[in-house]
Order: sequence, then C-alpha cells, then structure tokens
Amino acid sequence: MDWLDEQRANFEALGNFSDRILDGLITTVQLTVISGLLGFVIAVVLGLMAGSRSLWLRGPARVLIEFFRGISLLVLLFWLLYVLPLFWIKYDITLPAPQDNTFATATIALAINYGAYGAEAVRSALTSVPRGQWEATTALSMSWPHKMRRIIFPQAWALMIPSLTNLWVHLLKGSAIVSIVPEVNEFTFELDNLRRPTDIWFSHAFIGLATYFVLALILTLGMQALEARAKHKLGRGPSLWEILSPDPRPTPPDAASAAPPRTKAATTRPRAGKETE
Amino acid sequence: MTSPTLAQHVLAQAEDPGIVDETGPILDWGFAAEIFPEMLMAFLKVTLVVTVVGTIIAAALGLIIAIMIMVLPRPLAWIVRWAANFIRMTPIVVQLLFLFWSFLWLDPMVIGVIVFGVHYATYMSEVYRAGIESVPQGQWEATTALSMSAVRTWRRVIIPQALRSTVPALGNYAISMFKDTPFLFVISVPEMVTVAQTIGAQTFRYNEAITIAGLIFLAASYPTALLISRLEKRLAYAN
Amino acid sequence: MPTPTEQPSPTPAATAAAETPVIEFQDVEKRFGDNVVLKDLDFTVGRGERVTLIGPSGSGKTTILRLVMTLEELTDGYIFVDGEPLTHEERDGRRVPVSKKHQKNLRTRIGMVFQQFNLFPNMTVLENIIEAPIHVLGRSKEEAVAKAHDLLEQVGLSDKADAHPTSLSGGQQQRVAIARALAMDPEILLLDEVTSALDPEVVGEVLNILRRVAETTDVTMLIVTHEMSFARDVSHKVMMFDGGHVVESGPPEKIFSEPDHDRTKAFLGAVLRDT
Repeated sequence: MDWLDEQRANFEALGNFSDRILDGLITTVQLTVISGLLGFVIAVVLGLMAGSRSLWLRGPARVLIEFFRGISLLVLLFWLLYVLPLFWIKYDITLPAPQDNTFATATIALAINYGAYGAEAVRSALTSVPRGQWEATTALSMSWPHKMRRIIFPQAWALMIPSLTNLWVHLLKGSAIVSIVPEVNEFTFELDNLRRPTDIWFSHAFIGLATYFVLALILTLGMQALEARAKHKLGRGPSLWEILSPDPRPTPPDAASAAPPRTKAATTRPRAGKETE
Repeated sequence: MTSPTLAQHVLAQAEDPGIVDETGPILDWGFAAEIFPEMLMAFLKVTLVVTVVGTIIAAALGLIIAIMIMVLPRPLAWIVRWAANFIRMTPIVVQLLFLFWSFLWLDPMVIGVIVFGVHYATYMSEVYRAGIESVPQGQWEATTALSMSAVRTWRRVIIPQALRSTVPALGNYAISMFKDTPFLFVISVPEMVTVAQTIGAQTFRYNEAITIAGLIFLAASYPTALLISRLEKRLAYAN
Repeated sequence: MPTPTEQPSPTPAATAAAETPVIEFQDVEKRFGDNVVLKDLDFTVGRGERVTLIGPSGSGKTTILRLVMTLEELTDGYIFVDGEPLTHEERDGRRVPVSKKHQKNLRTRIGMVFQQFNLFPNMTVLENIIEAPIHVLGRSKEEAVAKAHDLLEQVGLSDKADAHPTSLSGGQQQRVAIARALAMDPEILLLDEVTSALDPEVVGEVLNILRRVAETTDVTMLIVTHEMSFARDVSHKVMMFDGGHVVESGPPEKIFSEPDHDRTKAFLGAVLRDT
C-alpha cells in the first residue's frame, strides 16, 4: 500500500532526525521554563509596583507595563538583536553582547513581553484580595514584606494562577517565533529540517502541532494542580490528594461545562456565610 | 524558513562591528523620515488589513463555534470543542508555516488572514460562550412559554443579549491579533516589521526601521486598549 | 519619644485627674472628599476606661475606630496614644506627620476586632493567632503557642486550633478574631460592630466572652455596637454621636435612662424598640 509505505518512510526519516528533533524540543522547553520563571519575577515586581499606593512606584511600573505590552514580541526581539548591539559598539560595553548570546536574548525578550502581561494579572489579583485582609494586617502591625509574604500574596496567588497559566501557554506558543533567531535551534526550527525528507503534514501537523498541544496540556494540567492546592490552602475546594485519589474526574482545560447546568445555581443560595453584609 | 539575510546579518555584525557606523548618531532622523512612508504603507496595506479581516472572520466563526458546541449532539460538540482547543493551544507560527507549505499556490497574505481568523475564533468562541451562559435562565423559559422556534430563540433573544457584554473582550482579542501580525514574517508577508527588517538588511541601518515599527505599534495599540477599557467600564456601569 | 510641651493646652474635660489619657482626640477632622464625617472632635479616654460610641449609621462612629487603628488618614487635628502623637504632631507651629517607625511602635499597642472577622484564610486558627506575636512582637514560638491555647480555651474553641477559618461558623470565627487581637496584649482594644454580621443566636456567646474580657483585664476599650444592653453592662462611658460630633456623653445609667437631648431620646427609642 502506497500510503503505508509513505508513512514508513516518514517514520524512518523521523528516526534519523530524532536527535535533532529531541534537542529542539528540549530547547523549546528550556525557553518556556526559563523565560516563564524570569517573566514571573518581572510580573511580580512590576505588579507589586503597579499596585502600590506610591506614585513613584506606580508611575514607572505603568509606563513599563504599557510599553512592553504595546510593542510586539517580534519588534522587541529585533530591537534586542539589532539595535541594542549598537550601544555595545558605541560605548564599548564589556558585558556579554546580545547578538553573541542569542538564546539568552530570546529568553529575555519572551520574559519581558509576557512578564508585562503577567504584571497586570498580579496587580489585579492583589487588588482582589478583600480589603478586610489588608486592614487586619494593619491592625496586627505587620510590616509590608511580612504581610505580603504571609497574608496577601498567598491569597492573591490562588487568584492569579488561571491568568498566569493562560499567559504561560501563550509564551510557549510565542516561543515558536524564536525559530528565526540565529543559533537557537528550537523545536519549530528543527521541524523545518524534518519537512524536507518527509512532508508538511507529517512534520508540522502530526509531529509539530501535536507536540506543542501536548506540551500546552501538560503545562495547563500542572498549573491546575497548583491552583487546586492554593485554593485548598485557603480552605476552598478539596486537596490535591482528594482530587487525584478516590474518583478521578479529569477536568480538561476548557471543558468545565459542556452542557452548562444552568439550573438552580443562582436561586438556591447557601446560607449566608461569612462575607455577607 | 529562517531568513538567510537575518541570520547572516546578525552573525556578520557580531564578527565585524565595522560594518556599523560607529561615529554617527544612534538614531538618524533624516533616514527615519526617508523610510517612514514605506513602513506606514506596509502598516496600512498589510498589518491593518490582516487585523481587520482576521477580526471579522474570528468574530463570525467564533460565534458559530460557540453555538455549535452548545447545540450539537454530545459527541459532535465534543469534537468541535477539542478541535478548537487544539487550534488555540498550538503556535500561530507553526500553523502559518503548515498552511504556507501545504498551499504553496495561495497568496501568503490570504493564509495569514485565515490562520489569524481561525486561531482567534477559538478564543472568541469562549467569550461568546460566557456571554451566552450569562443570559438568565428565565429568558430561555420565556421563549419556551411563547413556543418560539430554536432558531428564532437564538437569533432574536439569546444572541442579542449575549453580544452586548462580549464587545470589550472581543476588542481585546483584536488588539492581541494586531500584536501577533509580525509573526507573518515567517511566511514572508510584507507586513510592517518584515519591511523594517528588510530595510535594515539592505541598508545596514536597523535602528530607525525597528524603532519606527515599535512606535507605530505603541501608537496604534495603546489608545485602542484605553478605548476598550473605557467601554468595558461603561458597560459594567450600565449593568 | 515623650511629648512634653507640644500640647498647646491642657486636656479638656477633667475626667481622669493628672494621668495622661490613653487616647486623646484634639480638634480632629475627617473628610471624604467634600463629605465632612467628623468635625472639631475632642475627647479623651482614660486608662482602663471602656467607652461605647452610639448613634445612627453614618454618624462617624466607625470612622473614629478606624482613625485610631490608622486605617484612615486624618484630615486635620491630632490623635494621641499614651500622650504620643499617632499620625501628626505640631512642630514649630506646623502640623507634620510622625515617622513611620514611631507610628508602627504605637500601633502595636492597639488591637482591633472587625465586623467581618477578617481571619486569614490561608492559615489555621492557631497560625492566625500566633503569626503576629511571633513576627511582629518577636516572641518565641513556644510562648506564642502556649498563649494562643490559653486564649482559645477562654473563647471556648480549644478543639479548633488546627481548623481552617472557612470551616468555622461566623460566631466561632469572631471568637477566634477576639483571641487573635488579645494575643498581641493590646493596651487598647477597638471593637467595631463585632456582632453585626452574626446570626442572632450566636450574638450572646460572643458578647459574653467580651464581658469576661472586660471583667478580667484592664484593657482600654473603644466600642461601636448596636447592642445596647451590652453597652450598658460593660462601658464606663457612652458617647452619643450624630452628624460628626458628640451630642452628649456620660455614664450609661444616665444616657440610657435620662438622656438630656431629644436626639438621643429619639435614637434610643428607635433602637430599643427594635430589640
């Protein structure tokens, strides 16, 4: 059979290229994880600044956030690769140059771009922590770092995870553009090598898109586990252990409600609990 | 796929800094003024066109997907939903390359419009779904009580109410799409950033072109975002 | 930092002889935008005194507690705690803010119980109580835990030390909140409508705990409540507020049985009819 032979040839080619494809996959995972973590740090710092009452902190944070959200990822990447080196040449900067360390440059571009989006998620999560919680920390004379670390951030954390998950998947997807950056041979770049001996369906759809999809699913499920844990710590929802052990009902990323049970949720309200006024 | 000019150029620059004018100012305003018209044309003719047409496709297809997921029988709805998830959770860049190499005879710009339209339709379908679910149960019951047909119920009662609250979210996705248009670089569609890169490669002056591209992006996306957030506040207030 | 001479005039209203009052309000004004909530407010609270603020809603009672807790910023005037300026002081004839450090130091002497409890949901009951004593006051963990268990016993929740706040009823949460405030050994305890968010059947148990605290300690209390019988039982002084200033004040027996002002009579008439 023709088709079967073709597939056999495809998989043979995949076997020949497996090392490179695997290396590319690892590079993509590295890009996603490192710039994800770096972006998270940027998001927390800018988010805390943007949520601060002091104009001296809030002003610069707003400018940075709007700037890096407003320019496109590719513009930022090009700017770091082409324009920034001029400063190195003109001013004899001795630090490692952006064009010599393209992996680091790409990582930083991804981190800055998605970190700026994340800052907005962090800020809005911080403002969503009920005011009474902030007031209770004042009444107990807690210092700013102390209340942030122990009271406010742990509560904001549960609120910001869904947006951060979303952004992290965006970052993973966005990292494919790094294939145009020289000397960073990530997954999309290596797919093109696979395309030549096989065909576009096999390389880009069957291997490429499917692999990205699985990566994104793993990332989403991992973050959902984190979210469940964070919520459980706030006394809402079951523990991770309870979710996983007795009656496993997987909740895929967006499948929460296929047929929305729009029956009584709004009408039968549980007895007024704690936050009623 | 990797543009040879790009890779070669970055490497050349690293090895031989001499090709860059060390004495001149970092930004040459005269040169910037010279290339500005070309870039603005690329912006208007490609970037904006792709964004606008892509948004129209996404808004229409997104609604269709949302309704399909709600009305189709279970297995079919499940397939549509996971197809949408698949498209949403995979890179636009790879989708562009995939269609580009599959349909070599198609104009890359058409491919770009299709990919952006379909990709963002999967996002917008989620927005519509939330909007539809926010229509009160009583509205459905009222249409049943009036024996309205399913088509009429959707068209005259549910969708008009669902759409109102979705406008800001759709606008935000249009901005996202706008900021993703430079990905068209990988299939050589001459949108603004691609043009900027080409100008840079030809003249060995990247700074003006790329800075202008960044500024045009800022100038276009920030005011739009402000407008949408104002609309959002007004809608929230009206409710 | 003692404040020897900067008070322009001796304290008004000779309540407690020569001893410095624990709380003193001097010409206090509080505005929210154009809305004047408190105006020209002067009063003192002596050591160990328990003062209840009553009055219709919107009369500024809660704002007074929030000003003492530094949850709101003072628009004008001065507040002194133990004779020391809490937010602003007068220096060279000008009104200047006090240092953050000074304010923090003073604030540790003040505790507050909120209407909505405001327990930290990310911590157990015990952790809620020991968090600030350990990290703010620098107590040892053993000491803080021992004290927390002691307090939990007093509020009748010994078995809930490891529970999460969200698993407790409103009344139980409020009892934990009281224990949490007391764990800081405050000189001043501010009680802001502590029973208003509770179901009627648990109001009594919370008030009984507060009665016992009043009997067994000499903590100064500033209370805002709608529970008039509680106010009558525990307070030394009742202050009737309306429209941002004090209508009248005096011992509860007097205010509740023979108030001087019609405004007070009308208010008490309306409230007591309800309950």
